Amino acid sequence: MRGNAEMHELVAPGTLGAVLDLLAAEPGEWTPIAGGTELMVAFSAGRLNARKLVNLWGIPDLRAIEVTPQSVAIGAAATFLDLRKHAVINAELPMLAKAASWIGSIANQSRATLGGNLVNGSPAADSSPALLAYDAEIETISVRGRRKVPYSRFHTGYKRNVLAHDELIYAIHLPRRFARHREYLRKVGTRRAMAIAKVALGATALLDHGVIREIRLGAASLAPYPIRLRQTEAALLGQAFTREVVLAARRALLAEVQPIDDIRSTAEYRRRVAVNLLEEFLLELRQERLRP
Amino acid sequence: MSANGKPETRWPAIRFTVNDETRSVNVPPMKRLLDVLREDLHLTGTKEGCGEGECGSCSVRMNGELVNSCLVPVLQAEGAKIQTVEGLALDGNLHPLQAAFLHYGGAQCGICTPGMLMASAQLLADSPHPSDAEIREGLAGNLCRCTGFMRIFQSVAAAAAAQDAEPVKILEQTHHAR
Repeated sequence: MRGNAEMHELVAPGTLGAVLDLLAAEPGEWTPIAGGTELMVAFSAGRLNARKLVNLWGIPDLRAIEVTPQSVAIGAAATFLDLRKHAVINAELPMLAKAASWIGSIANQSRATLGGNLVNGSPAADSSPALLAYDAEIETISVRGRRKVPYSRFHTGYKRNVLAHDELIYAIHLPRRFARHREYLRKVGTRRAMAIAKVALGATALLDHGVIREIRLGAASLAPYPIRLRQTEAALLGQAFTREVVLAARRALLAEVQPIDDIRSTAEYRRRVAVNLLEEFLLELRQERLRP
Repeated sequence: MSANGKPETRWPAIRFTVNDETRSVNVPPMKRLLDVLREDLHLTGTKEGCGEGECGSCSVRMNGELVNSCLVPVLQAEGAKIQTVEGLALDGNLHPLQAAFLHYGGAQCGICTPGMLMASAQLLADSPHPSDAEIREGLAGNLCRCTGFMRIFQSVAAAAAAQDAEPVKILEQTHHAR
């Protein structure tokens, strides 16, 4: 069944303030649409439930990327091509630039937005492992003001998040303090372009004389929403790279993830790949440490 | 009257340019840019393949960026500069990409070709001397079931080289206002 454009209302208030007023006046009635790479797919197939949509595309405040000495603030409607082209993101947050290159194709990256990726809430979201590993913070906005929540607490369930009906993501904040960290980001999918992740893992770690002093592990497609692997992190924090520690981390990971069988992969395959990605990261860390 | 027999004034006008011509349509704001191009403006060079952003057949350039026109509600094209495959040729001469696709067998059944050409035009606008890897990435969102892709990649590389020999203006479009 094809979507019928006459069945859907789409308005463009033009400014962020006017959009927020509309969301506040009729909370829950309006569905924001930015690059349309998710909602228009549903529309084309005739399965877009939202009847009233409000346009965010082309609102300049939402597409800005602002760099301060402490952080990079990415407007929610910045596109993945915007991220790939940004000098500071490439230099200091390269995992985010890499994740942006995973999104569909160029024609998807020119339209798909970082905020849209997060609000859509797919467990397989390409940007999520990097954002979790970089300790991102989400700034929301409504007529009631702005607030910040750690990204690791943004998702609350499958396709659920902390946003109230009148709230939008305003910006995604990334601290500029990962220059000395080791990084790891890998996605396992069916093909390089267009494919959705079977499993993805992002990581940052800070080492001190062979001991892990700081570690963040972000995972996609291992739970109903993208998650920090906190038990696995705990098994590694303060430890050196012994075989026992690596085995304990693998056990912790297997104990805390809840992958499923679906059209893209199986739970068993996802578990195996996830522990192998973790071990690959730990091996890389150990080898870098041994390097003169 | 519009195609479905309803008065056009029912919908407010949405204006944009297509291939440097100003156009105005009175259509539902959620109507896909793809359908507006084909049904309202009769520019049927842009093809529909999958209708879900996977195949690239409906690729056009909007404000200097490649987009899948099946995923653009036409309201979001308000004020935009759109370039379709009909706008590639200049003064009746084939664009170097079109000439190269013809010469190297980059087109077979033709359904993917307009999208391939627009993705290639975007690639050459962003990167006039693309590497093989850049050509593959630039066209990764465009599926072809005939050629096996090699002749398409060859065509794009040849067009890039031809541009060096004799500079050809690709219709340049201003970047989206930030």
